[in-house]
This record gives sequence, structure tokens and C-alpha cells, in this order.
Amino acid sequence: MAKKTFVGGVHPYEGKEFTEKKAIEKLPLPQRVAIPLQQHIGAPAKALVEKGQEVKAGEKIAEASGFVSVPIHSSISGKVKGIEKVNHPVSGRGEAIVIESDGEDNWVETIRFEENYLELDSKEMLERIKDAGIAGLGGATFPTHVKLSPPPDKKIDTVILNGAECEPYLTADHRLMLEHADDIVAGLRIIMKILNVQQGIIGIEDNKPDAIEVMRKAVKDFNNIQVYVFPVKYPQGAEKQMIKAALNREVPSGGLPMDVGVVVQNVGTAKAMYEAVAYHKPLTHRVVTVTGAAVNEPKNVLVPIGTMFEDVVAFCGGMKESAGKIVMGGPMMGLAQPNLQVPVVKGTSGILILEEHEAHVPAEDPCIACGRCVEVCPMHLLPTTLQILVEHENYTEAERLHIMDCIECGSCSYICPSNRRLVQGIRLGKRKILEARRKAG
Amino acid sequence: MSPQILSSLITLGGLGLLFGAILAYASKIFYVKKDPRIEKINALLPQANCGGCGYPGCSNYAEAIINEGAPVTLCAPGGPDLVPQIAEILGVEAEATESMVAVVRCQGAKGVAKDKFKYEGIEDCNAAVLVQGGHKACVYGCLGFGSCVKACPFDAMAMLDNGLPTVFEDKCTGCGNCVEACPKGIMELIPRSQKVYLGCVNKDSGKEVRQVCSVGCIGCTLCAKPNITPSGKIKMQDNMPAIPPDWDDFEMAVKRCPTKSFVVRIPAEVAEEAAAPEANA
Repeated sequence: MAKKTFVGGVHPYEGKEFTEKKAIEKLPLPQRVAIPLQQHIGAPAKALVEKGQEVKAGEKIAEASGFVSVPIHSSISGKVKGIEKVNHPVSGRGEAIVIESDGEDNWVETIRFEENYLELDSKEMLERIKDAGIAGLGGATFPTHVKLSPPPDKKIDTVILNGAECEPYLTADHRLMLEHADDIVAGLRIIMKILNVQQGIIGIEDNKPDAIEVMRKAVKDFNNIQVYVFPVKYPQGAEKQMIKAALNREVPSGGLPMDVGVVVQNVGTAKAMYEAVAYHKPLTHRVVTVTGAAVNEPKNVLVPIGTMFEDVVAFCGGMKESAGKIVMGGPMMGLAQPNLQVPVVKGTSGILILEEHEAHVPAEDPCIACGRCVEVCPMHLLPTTLQILVEHENYTEAERLHIMDCIECGSCSYICPSNRRLVQGIRLGKRKILEARRKAG
Repeated sequence: MSPQILSSLITLGGLGLLFGAILAYASKIFYVKKDPRIEKINALLPQANCGGCGYPGCSNYAEAIINEGAPVTLCAPGGPDLVPQIAEILGVEAEATESMVAVVRCQGAKGVAKDKFKYEGIEDCNAAVLVQGGHKACVYGCLGFGSCVKACPFDAMAMLDNGLPTVFEDKCTGCGNCVEACPKGIMELIPRSQKVYLGCVNKDSGKEVRQVCSVGCIGCTLCAKPNITPSGKIKMQDNMPAIPPDWDDFEMAVKRCPTKSFVVRIPAEVAEEAAAPEANA
């Protein structure tokens, strides 16, 4: 049987060898954390604490300010130093609640295990997930409770857990699957219960044979859950490509996975959901892969959200003199950071530090019309045409050619022999079109 | 003359006459009554098609004035003289308009305002702002890729060597295209009569501003003090002074401002005089 996959994609250097064999280590309690109010897609959370207030770990310190928004919880215990403007890994600058540790790591008392959590009704489960402040941990940080509340006219029949981790270098999900397989499966069963779905799939790329084995063992008692293995190809872990590979369904242009009856969640998110439902435990920590040739001791680290990159990298032996670039996330879709004074947020899947000689993009040359970007585009778009249209500000034509369907995976920029800034150009066009739409109302 | 030539002449000539007659008849039948005032107004408009009025071009604006009742004051390039002329055609009372001019509200040149990282990507302000909000340490600061200059339909702007744009006030018509183009909101239209403006849009606290730029307004409120500005026209707003167009007693404030954030505009006639000797030489 031909292996399940999608059309297009690229094979960048994987770089997983730095950390794939390293068990997740817990970061020692940081002195201070800065927890940004905007860590998810949607409206920023509203702070509930004041300067000088004592908080415990797991305490809600900011509440959701709308349906597409999530609350935020303190990741350490200590005193609120204030609400300050700090560097933000996504927007550049943003407000954050700064908490100074009391060195004790006191947790709220509400966290306790509930044996019969699977018997809860789905409304209660959803409420707990919402209260736990969970947003998609794959990196996009879309509020999870919104994804789990499809409108009634959308029939969902399959839940896919995304363990592909196709982004080079990152191994956080890989390690989670190895070390917390049962929690992840429990999370999947919770999602299936909430959505009243009979079919569950866990999708993993074939460069993680150990994880495949462990997950297969973990699901063997549940005949409605299967582990699917995909060949290594970037971006296998993108939602739409995952659905195409697993079910041979195509999400329509401008549509969402729920339009083809599917909900996709990251494995880390599933674990967080299990903890939220079974333990009342809010999302306060996440696994971060600290990696790259310029890190002294690459590791997978369990980090309290709000910890400065600086502290996390110091735990990994610091960075080398030769460091040239700091990236939050992986090399394909990650966001470059100006320095290490940036807090870890819910979407920080990795901290990648590249050597100076790896850090630069070669100068741009004219398009030679080779068509490689068209071949590799997993959304079957025409990247070069779109970028040129944006350059000429012809947004109407770009929209007609489905620029809005671009998932910004970076395959086109990666493959381009002329080093054209294809994704950036397309992102600019998408932003301009959205701006115009907003203005038009 | 051979009969062949004659016959073709007659045929083609006849066809020409026939079609001409049909066209003439059709133009009478399908005549669209157009308000003659549209043409008159269109003739007055500058025909720059800059889009500053919000319509695609000058003729569309002329049509909008007649058909949609668009305000007669929208054409910035036309200048203040245009409005009474249009108003006369329409037979309405003209409101007084102020001629506007664009100013660059950032003085964070290279070396003055710090950078937080080296940017490698598309050289356009709107593209650069996608990466962490831009490479300038000041989140309000000019990124220096000249999107405003590219947007100017009147050649009234240019990039200086120090990385900031400049406006040639004699060519600027106040159409506002640069204001639209700037992702940081640094370009602003002010009345031509306004003599001084604040060359900074940073709303942060003084401590934060000082860390990123040496000429940024730190919101010290000195200019708002009665001994500096006796008229009391300066009110603080968003951590910086809000400057009214008719601020006259600014001399002291400009002199004493610790960060030299104010920019005094050179009146047009002085600028002309200054430029004149060079032109003669």
C-alpha cells in the first residue's frame, strides 16, 4: 500500500538528533516570570491581580475577555511586581504580569485527581478546559474550547491528534509521546467524548519509531483509536495536510477542518486537556525544546510559562559565542527574536539558536520561473505569482488566486533557488487584504 | 477611372454614410443626460488622480459631488482656492478650508534611535513591520524603508541619508497618501499655518523612551508648565503634549525641551528666500 501523505512539501534537514534522545527535564524554579496577557489568537486576557498581591502557582491571574480568548494562570508562587511592558515573542512588545518567586512553589489547593473524569458530561469537560486556559500548543495557540465547540450544523466524525512534529529540530511532542503516552490517549478520549465522535487517529511521522511503538501500545485497548504513520515530509503536521494524508479529505478553500468533519489537536494540547479535566490543573507549564548548534547542552525542558528565554538557555549550558540567531519555534515557521529577554509563552514549542554562519538569508535574485515553489506548495498555490502580484499591489488578482489559503509553511521560500522572500510577500498581501476587508466592514 | 475603383469607392463611402447615420441616430436615442456641472467641476480639479479625496480619480470625485452630494472640501491638492470655485458652480456657500501639509513625526534617525535586531527581508515598511513590529527598538519609530515616499503621487517626499523621510512642503498637497501608507502612523497632516509640531509619537513612559531613542518625547510636561507656555495651550495627552494649530508662544518650550523633540517648521517664504541664492548661483 502506498504510504499516506499529501501532494507537495519539502525535506529540510531534520536536526532532531540534538534532543530526541533527551528525556524532559524540569527547569529549576525561576526567580521571576513575566506572563504576557496575549498568548493566544483572539482578544488579550484581562488582568485580575494588582501590584503587591501574593499569588499561588495555578491561580488565575487574568480572565478571558471574550469567547475567543483564554484565561491565564500563574506558573509560580510569589508576589506580583506589576503589569509591565516586556518584549513579546510574537508582537515585539506587550503587557505582562511580572511575578517574583517566593522560592517555594506553593500550588492552589484545587488540583486533585478525579477517578471518574470520563463520566462527566461534555459541557462540564468543556468548561474545565476553558477555565484551564488551554490554547493550541502546537504553536498557533488558537483557543482550544473554541475548536471544540463547532456550530451544530457541522457534523464531526473524526478527531486527529497531531504528533507529526514535522518542524525540524523540535522534539517536544516526540518526548511527550514517549513519556506521557497514556495522558495523551486520555486527552484524546476526552475530546472524542466532548465532540461525541467514534473515530480517533493519532498521526506520527515515521522518523519517530519509538514513539509510534509506545503510542500503539497505549491505544491497544481502544479499538476506536488508531495510530497512523506518515512518511517524513514537511509540513505533514499542518492541519489540512494531516487530514488529507489520514482521511484523503480536502478542506475547501477558505474553510476549516470542521467543514470536512474533522477536529485536529496537538498531542501536547491533548495532555493539557487531560490534566485540566481529570486534575483541574490549569495550563501553567509547557515542554520547550532548547536546541541548535549554538546551544551548549540541547535539552527538552518543562518550563513555567513566563520564564525568560535567558533562564531556560542558562539551564541548557548557555549559548555559544558563535550564536547568530535566536528563533522561537522551529526554523521553518519560527519567529526570530532580538535577544533572550523574551518570556516563554503558551506557543513556545522551542528555542532554537543557530550559529552565525547558519543565520543569514542569501541576497535575493530575480525569479527564474523554475516553478519549484509551485511544485512544493502543499496548498497548491502559485507562490511566485502571488508574491509578484503583492509587489505590484494587485490584491484583487492575488485574492482571486487564493492568496488567503496560504498556510505560511515556508516551503516555497525554502526551495527557491533565487532566495526570493515568497512567504513574507504573501503574508504582507494577506495582511493588506484583511485590512481592506476590515475597512470595508 | 476604372469601374472597379469607382464601385469600391461608392460601396465603402455608402457604408460609411449609412453607419454614420445610424450612429448619429443612436446617439440621439440613447442620449444620457449628464449634468454639465460635472464637466465644469472636473475641469477645475487638478487631475492628479491621487485618491486623497477617497474616490478613485478626479472625474469620479466630480461625479460624486453632483450625484452623491460629496463635500466640496475633499480635494487637498486643489488648495483653498478650489473650494469657492466649486461652490460657485453648485451655488452653495463655501466653508473655509485649511490647507494641510504632511509632516514626519519621528526624528529617530540612524544612530539616534537604537535598533533591536538586523532585519533581512523585503525592503518595505509594511513588510518589515510583520517581523516583531519592526527592527527599531522604539515600537513607534520610523522603519526607514520609505513606503511613504513610494506612496506620494506628487514627488513631494524623499528618503534622507539618515534613514528618515522628508517632505518638500512646496510640492506637498496634503492628499494624505503617505499617512495611509505608514504602518507606524508617523506621517500626519497639519494645517499649513501651524508653526511647530512634535517630532515623536511615542506614548511610553520617559524611562522607556530614553532606553531606545535620544530625541523621543519623554512626557516630562515641561512644555505644558505656565512659565514655559504662558498661554496654557499645551495639554498633555497620551504622555506627550497635544499641540494646537494656533500655538504661538512656543519659543521657550522649543528651547527648553530636554530631548529637542519639537520641530519648528520653516515658513514657506523663508524657505524660498533661503533657496533663492542657490538657484541664482
